[in-house]
Amino acid sequence: MEFKMQTRKLEFYYGKVRALSKITMGIEEHQITALIGPSGCGKTTFLRLLNRMNDVISGTHLAGDVLLDGQNIYAPQVDVVEVRKRVGMVFQQPNPFPKSIYANVAFGPRMLGLNNKAKLDEVVERSLRAAALWDEVKDNLGKSGMLLSGGQQQRLCIARVLAVEPEVILMDEPCSALDPLSTLRIEELMRDLKTNYTIIIVTHNMQQAARVSEWTGFFLLGELVEYNKTGEIFQRPKDKKTEDYITGRFG
Amino acid sequence: MMSRYFVDRISRRLVLCFGTVAFLILIFIAVFILKGSLPALEEVGIVDILFGTKWYPSHEAFGILAMFAGSVIVTLLALVMAVPLSVGCAIFLAEVAPRRISNIARPAIELLVGIPSVVYGLVGMVVLCPFIAHLSGTGSGSSVMAAAIVLAIMILPTITSISEDSLRAVPTLYKEGALALGATHWQAIHHVLLPASRQGIVTAVILGTGRAIGETMAMVMVIGNSPILPANIFAPARTLTGNIAVEIAAATGIHESALFVTGLVLFILIMIINSLGFIICRRKND
Repeated sequence: MEFKMQTRKLEFYYGKVRALSKITMGIEEHQITALIGPSGCGKTTFLRLLNRMNDVISGTHLAGDVLLDGQNIYAPQVDVVEVRKRVGMVFQQPNPFPKSIYANVAFGPRMLGLNNKAKLDEVVERSLRAAALWDEVKDNLGKSGMLLSGGQQQRLCIARVLAVEPEVILMDEPCSALDPLSTLRIEELMRDLKTNYTIIIVTHNMQQAARVSEWTGFFLLGELVEYNKTGEIFQRPKDKKTEDYITGRFG
Repeated sequence: MMSRYFVDRISRRLVLCFGTVAFLILIFIAVFILKGSLPALEEVGIVDILFGTKWYPSHEAFGILAMFAGSVIVTLLALVMAVPLSVGCAIFLAEVAPRRISNIARPAIELLVGIPSVVYGLVGMVVLCPFIAHLSGTGSGSSVMAAAIVLAIMILPTITSISEDSLRAVPTLYKEGALALGATHWQAIHHVLLPASRQGIVTAVILGTGRAIGETMAMVMVIGNSPILPANIFAPARTLTGNIAVEIAAATGIHESALFVTGLVLFILIMIINSLGFIICRRKND
């Protein structure tokens, strides 16, 4: 079985401090993989390694491999911009640019050189529809993205990612700043999206992991303690630490 | 037991006093300049002063248009040189430079703000003017060009450090959002960081402009101080500030009053520029 993404003995250091130790993990295509664990366990750091977002932070280094379709994204000849185009990211805090809704969604394609107005219109509409936002904003595409509600902003950020047509979408606690109703909408959206995309989500919310994901990885102190089918993890955890965490004994 | 409230009441009154004093001083200066200007405004006429191109105090000609133009031209020229340089420098320090380098360069640039303007003037006089004289082939090199270059160097640190602050104030989330969409670092700077910090940069430019208009000593030393409209940028000219500094010691009567009018024009010009900066700053905070 070929994994969409795979890490092999992945280690990551902030200066001399080791944040991740030897993470080996395979991500199945067209499935949702949830990463859970207490704050500071390294799950967000791990997620950001999958599209080289940690390159931005100075004084860090890594060891091991991250493979996308079998190719190491940290290999010297690899173009980081190309990696990020194929592996999109949605952040914890909805972060639309201080631009119009249209400009937000068109941003990625424009950066990649698409300037044809008709084609951009089409991409914007398709992406907003796919992110289940089109009906709410179609008459106000010129309005600033900052004026939308939190849940709408997050769906706008998802639309923005979809416009680039990535293969994998990373979501870093995408619902932690949202109310329950908006959270539900995003979760529905994730289920729709997995037909075409591979999704990896970091979440603090274990019910969310149980609700949306096929696979769950439990992180603790920089280690991947247990990784299995979501049902197995929540019903028959093999590791005592996993069991303690999901039953709420700590964390 | 009542002392806490007593101190509170007293200190509130005290700071109110300080605030009032500062405001009164400003009013006092404004009234003083206005009063000093009145004789010239009455005798020569406001139109002849503001739009007259001839400044011959011995022949009772007090047109300050040449000096007004001198100040404006030198300032604009300095901005043309300083703005791209400063904004580029700010981008370098905020985004491109390794932390080791920006940690040294930033305080160094801020230090430049503190160097007395006479020192800039001196360097301009000794180094720049001879060089310009050599280039243009005539005169001493004291010219609009020399003044603009000195001024550009003087406002560079102001614009750079304020622009850099506003670039750094842009949430990391914007930049990461852009990068995560496949934008290159430069695209993220150009399309996200710069637009998001535009108001801060405009404010920086306006503060730099205010500083440039008000600069006196360095201008007097390198611009040549001829009270005529400069024929080209290698010709000498005179600024509004220089007009006062050069002549006030020997001026009496209506001549002195005309210099007060020069001061009044400067005062109003700077008030306009600073209010512009204030308005833009305020809009940013909304």
